Amino acid sequence: MAAMEETKVGVDADAASRLVKELRDGFATGKTRSYQWRVSQLKSILKMAEDHEHDVVEALRSDLSKPELESCLYEVAMLKNSCSLAVKKLKQWMVPEKVKTSITTFPSSAEIVPEPLGVVLVISPWNYPFLLSLDPVIGAIAAGNAVVLKPSEVSPATSSLLAKLVGEYMDNSLIRVVEGGVAETTALLEQKWDKICYTGNGRVGRIVMAAAAKHLTPVLLELGGKSPVVVDSGINLQVATRRIIAGKWGCNNGQTCVAPDYILTTKDFAPKLVDALKHELEHFFGENPLDSKDLSRIVNSNHFARLTKLLDEDRVSGTIVHGGKSEKSTLKISPTILLDAPRDSLIMNEEIFGPLLPILTVEKVEDSFDIINSGTKPLAAYLFTSNKKLKEQFVMTVSAGGVVINDTVLHLSVAGLPFGGVQESGMGAYHGKFSFDAFSHKKAVLYRSFAGDAPVRYPPYTKGKLRLMKALIGGSILSAIFALFGLSKD
Amino acid sequence: MESVGDLERDLEGMREYYSQGKTKEASWRKSQLKGLLTLLKEKEEDIFKALKQDLGKHHVEAFRDEAILPKIAVLSTAEIVPEPLGLVLIFSSWNYPFGLSLEPLIGAIAAGNTVVLKLSELAPACASLLANTIPNFVDNKAVKVFQGGPTVAEQLLQQKWDKIFFTGSARTGRLVLSAAAKHLTPVTLELGGKCPAVVDSLSSSFDRKAAVKRIVVGKYGACAGQACIAIDYILAERKNISTLVEMMKVIIKEMFGGNPIESHSIARIINKQHFLRLKNLLEDPNVKASIVYGGSLDEDHLFIEPTILVDPPLEAAIMTEEIFGPLLPIISLEKIEDSIQFLNSRPKPLAIYCFTKNKSLERRMISETSSGGVVFNDAIIQYAADSLPFGGVGESGVGRYHGKFSFDTFSHEKAITRRSFLTDFWFRYPPWNAHKWQLLECAYNSDYLGLLLVILGLKKPRRGSYQPAYSH
Repeated sequence: MAAMEETKVGVDADAASRLVKELRDGFATGKTRSYQWRVSQLKSILKMAEDHEHDVVEALRSDLSKPELESCLYEVAMLKNSCSLAVKKLKQWMVPEKVKTSITTFPSSAEIVPEPLGVVLVISPWNYPFLLSLDPVIGAIAAGNAVVLKPSEVSPATSSLLAKLVGEYMDNSLIRVVEGGVAETTALLEQKWDKICYTGNGRVGRIVMAAAAKHLTPVLLELGGKSPVVVDSGINLQVATRRIIAGKWGCNNGQTCVAPDYILTTKDFAPKLVDALKHELEHFFGENPLDSKDLSRIVNSNHFARLTKLLDEDRVSGTIVHGGKSEKSTLKISPTILLDAPRDSLIMNEEIFGPLLPILTVEKVEDSFDIINSGTKPLAAYLFTSNKKLKEQFVMTVSAGGVVINDTVLHLSVAGLPFGGVQESGMGAYHGKFSFDAFSHKKAVLYRSFAGDAPVRYPPYTKGKLRLMKALIGGSILSAIFALFGLSKD
Repeated sequence: MESVGDLERDLEGMREYYSQGKTKEASWRKSQLKGLLTLLKEKEEDIFKALKQDLGKHHVEAFRDEAILPKIAVLSTAEIVPEPLGLVLIFSSWNYPFGLSLEPLIGAIAAGNTVVLKLSELAPACASLLANTIPNFVDNKAVKVFQGGPTVAEQLLQQKWDKIFFTGSARTGRLVLSAAAKHLTPVTLELGGKCPAVVDSLSSSFDRKAAVKRIVVGKYGACAGQACIAIDYILAERKNISTLVEMMKVIIKEMFGGNPIESHSIARIINKQHFLRLKNLLEDPNVKASIVYGGSLDEDHLFIEPTILVDPPLEAAIMTEEIFGPLLPIISLEKIEDSIQFLNSRPKPLAIYCFTKNKSLERRMISETSSGGVVFNDAIIQYAADSLPFGGVGESGVGRYHGKFSFDTFSHEKAITRRSFLTDFWFRYPPWNAHKWQLLECAYNSDYLGLLLVILGLKKPRRGSYQPAYSH
């Protein structure tokens, strides 16, 4: 977390400890268990988003120069959808799931009862600071927990807006916002939580998990990686290109965990792809993209320097085939395409998280699968193709958090799909019911009657009991009868 | 023990084997699981012998608790692929060395992973048997077994795994989780805690007898109390305690005879260190004074007879630490409902056992307390219910397994979305203008009628004017 300036320490270890205690006391009253409380809080979030959409847009403009449409759709509308779904389905989600029991516990009945974990910490990132703060909070509340939200200090306008709005709209005895930077986050991480949800990068993800380990706290880590796009020939190139551009530059100018990071395509097809990209890019953002209002800026000077450094590297700058322009005063970098930057360069090894799109060429398109699998597992993997066999091969052999065929990024809005990574790209998943599950403990409950007590269970142990038990477990009624009558051959 | 260099080469080999894709094939997985089933069948006698040697377990208890369960798991797993995680590390424990090794192993293989299994050195005969037999029944390039103690465990933990599955104490669980954090490795921790049995007044003598039998077996019949889900202590109303104790004495004599060590029906304590730990729990004079039955210890044979205590001090170690032995404290309450507050002021246990016919207490127990699981009117048996997830919460653990949950715990659920090139909405793309915005909003809200109206020009824009940066 690169803090821009040292803010005074708002919350220290003592304050954090008191905060957690307060929330635990609040949780212990049982208030969050009720359906009414949870629904009322969720509805407050909906109202908050509706009443203050304009304020959210302004805050995002201040933090990221995010185009108004992106703010309205990818932050506010998505958040509202997620919240409405939770309000609609919560009753269903809260119902215990009955499960079948077998002869081994006969007679009995069983169910799995979802219950809240307790007091939960949500640490959110700067790139979708509104959505990615409140979406996990929705899951935590739906599951009946008390929540502390720590928004990113790298998007200070949104952080401060969230603190204000949550203070106004939500039940402050159980839901709180703590603003601040590294010092405050460290103080919070020292406390004992019942679950921690962190969205961000792998380096800090390790720090969060290590802190959680001291208290045996389970974690949900939404990280990132280099999400590859494999582009085959024989496709509708115009549509594919538009979808790639929308997923890369149309989503916070590449600063998105599932943004297409780099492209893999054949040597033969690459020139066509580059031309198509150039053409559509101009169509989308005009001749001078640095002036386009439809592109987010880079969030701060640290990241700006990081990205320009990726381009300046020795053997990399020569591979730029489009764009490469930047303006430090406005923190803008134009959509940039590179062709065959060296495999060992920084830009080909670190998650780019910006408007630079390297294209790596291969002999045949299948070679790209091995290249992807030789790296760490990404959060998303994309394939554009009309070849059915290739699609199946991709789905079976490429491991990633999620896979999309013939589009990018969209899968996040499919309510029935879990959203999460694997290995370096994260652990756990959320969205829709998966959010409810992520913040619940699924308690196994077994009801037994006093009747039906099989003496085989109890000492003194005898050969006869062993025979009977074997027969019962083997599931053979005949053997069981034989054993009961002492007729077995053992 | 191998050197670190050898270990890393071995693991590299296993990753290489995994990347060839063999373990993903359904036929491979089936053959491995069949191999394990065969192992259990052919080696049954040897397994009983090893358990007798390490733990003094009676072979019927061993069969009931160890030989059965993995078989059930095999019968209920089967499904093919979400996606294996890759290379998995399993730590098993000494109290149910076969069950706690094979059950997770089965789940990991069923999910298509390659596996390293680290056995507990505290049950050496069992570890030796498993280490020598498993390689004869499964694919050695995909499954490796390690014996050894903490040094081996530490070396293994320094490597990068795609999942770690650990059964053991909370203290070691923290170490495992910290090591996993360095590599962002997901973990399942099956820990323990103080599993209480809340015993309500039962009017029917039939019910009372059944309850007491289940309680006695749920403590002394479960590896002499050395089980994560053994009953740790009892909570009961003061007025019922003397009857409860009398009935327990009768049942203990029925099940284990007048001289329990001769019954060979109770496991012994695993080693001297644990024996002395348990002996120490009884040293406190106030604790010693609360013993109402049993209490004799045989250090030479590492045997402790079934012991009952009534109201030892709540601050004593016997009431603050997991007992893991055949000592059963009974804590008296004014009314049975007080048990809820008692439980909530303590760490969440792996299981809560509640013996009652009072539906209201049942409901409150479920909704007002938290634990890995809850069992009404029995104990331990939830382990055999394969449709229920088995795992803890808070101090008692992270994650779960058994049945299909084993498969899931060793899998990554990969989300797949497929799109066609048709139906590409032009309004998805910049440059943005008020018209596109409106269409997008309708699409987002699944307002298809609105979408149609806007396209036909029959719906006015809701928003004020939107100035694009440039016009195209």
